Amino acid sequence: MSENVTLEVLRYRPESDSEPQFQRYSVPFHDDWVVLDALNYIKDHLDSTLSFRWSCHMAICGSCGMMINGEPRLACHAFLRDYRDAVIRIEPLDHFPIERDLVTVMDGFMDKLASVKPYLITNGKTPPQAVENLQTPLQLMAFKQYTLCINCMLCYAACPQCGLDESFVGPAALALAHRYNLDSRDHGQAQRADVVASNEGIWECTFAGACSEVCPKQVDPAAAIQQTKISASLDWFKARLMPGAQ
Amino acid sequence: MELGPRDRLSQAFWHEQRKGRTIKTPYGDVVHLDIRHLGEKKINERLPMVRELAHTYAGVDPVHAPIPVRPVVHYTMGGIHTDNHTATLLPGLYAAGECACVSINGANRLGSNSLTELLVFGARAGRNAAAFARANPAGPMSGVQAGAEAVQAGVRELFVREDGTETVAGLRKAMHDAIENGAGIYRTENSLQETCCTLEKLRRRYRKVQLHDRSNVFNTDLIQVLELGAMLQVAEAIAQSAARRKESRGSHQRLDHPERDDTNYLKHSLATYRRAEPPVVSYQDVTITRSPPAKRVYGGAAA
Repeated sequence: MSENVTLEVLRYRPESDSEPQFQRYSVPFHDDWVVLDALNYIKDHLDSTLSFRWSCHMAICGSCGMMINGEPRLACHAFLRDYRDAVIRIEPLDHFPIERDLVTVMDGFMDKLASVKPYLITNGKTPPQAVENLQTPLQLMAFKQYTLCINCMLCYAACPQCGLDESFVGPAALALAHRYNLDSRDHGQAQRADVVASNEGIWECTFAGACSEVCPKQVDPAAAIQQTKISASLDWFKARLMPGAQ
Repeated sequence: MELGPRDRLSQAFWHEQRKGRTIKTPYGDVVHLDIRHLGEKKINERLPMVRELAHTYAGVDPVHAPIPVRPVVHYTMGGIHTDNHTATLLPGLYAAGECACVSINGANRLGSNSLTELLVFGARAGRNAAAFARANPAGPMSGVQAGAEAVQAGVRELFVREDGTETVAGLRKAMHDAIENGAGIYRTENSLQETCCTLEKLRRRYRKVQLHDRSNVFNTDLIQVLELGAMLQVAEAIAQSAARRKESRGSHQRLDHPERDDTNYLKHSLATYRRAEPPVVSYQDVTITRSPPAKRVYGGAAA
């Protein structure tokens, strides 16, 4: 097959460019190529100065999230054959500062992940190191879906609220908090509530549902956030109706 | 065979390919892995990722059709030599995971060893590195400093080099082909010598590689150049060590020396780059605690 396809890629090199601009590349079309294959073709054969993140090429590392024709996608999961009719436009993920070319600055996202204390918090009675911390398959089922997040940040690029307010903790971090809150071995819900149930937390979410639509792992962060809203509301009422009760 | 260890599966594939019983595809020959008998429920429960990957990338739903599979390079079993505390020979440098060789893999890595590497040795490396940094607040010793400056000078030279004639993609492809052809699933004296020879030439050609990106911001061109240099070193260490190991052990299978030879080779191979190139291969004794080497038998033969 000797057809070609055109990729229009946003370039930004902070040392020499005053603002980002598009650059076009013509790459061979293969029916089984994903956008990442085309980017690597550019890197190897046309222009080695193009920078983008990638690692696994199988939708598990979460590194190659980018805007493809305006939609947040994993470049390794978006096939050229699905974009046959036009030039394919490739841009860095929305709602993140651009570090260079398709590479975004992830620091804010990393801070948000850390802010929800994404680890088991024990109550002092269940030392996690001394003995096995057992869990039944049913208890695992309660949160397993929320463990599948690969931190690809597509949900942040899709979420309209993330575009309006960069302090919003956002879908992936709130889903991660929910994952630990639902874990039978964890006792950290109250500690996470400071961040999760704050103004920048779940109440910022307007339930547009875009996060769950773009999630490549069907984690459904929108559901996690709505469930958290319910439990946070119940906690609020409990605290007022039954002061002192846990 | 479907439940056999992966090196045995790869060897079986090699034999089937020689007999002309594999299936041609644009990405190399494949065989079919049939998991249809497990049924949709069990596949969804136990192998959801396999189903998703097969569906997305091979256009095959394993519930209804067999999955095309072939052996690929998956994991480097050796690595930077460390002791049980993850310390390397360079004071202050600790290594864990695929880059390291704490020797839990031996001659053949078991599936999920990476979890042990991560949870046990990753934790040790982190703690030990922190303790070292605390105990040595003045920073690196003069020897380390000199080594670091030499590496930096090499990087600076890349940035000013104008007359490079080699590309990363070209050299990398040649390296892949050399190691795959000569030091792959089955090896022989001839195949290994040829690969060593090719890698030596590639190492020389690497000195002429051209860096195109002179930026100091997220320069992935530079990273690829540096990674290629490291890959060539690893490839040559593998091929040179394999050429000297005239036996078969674990995943190192030689057609010209099919038996394990504990008298001469119950040892770790250590490839060292000093000024000498190619690397010098020496040996270190194996500490055996509980499980001495034995014949590998599976299934009915083990009963």
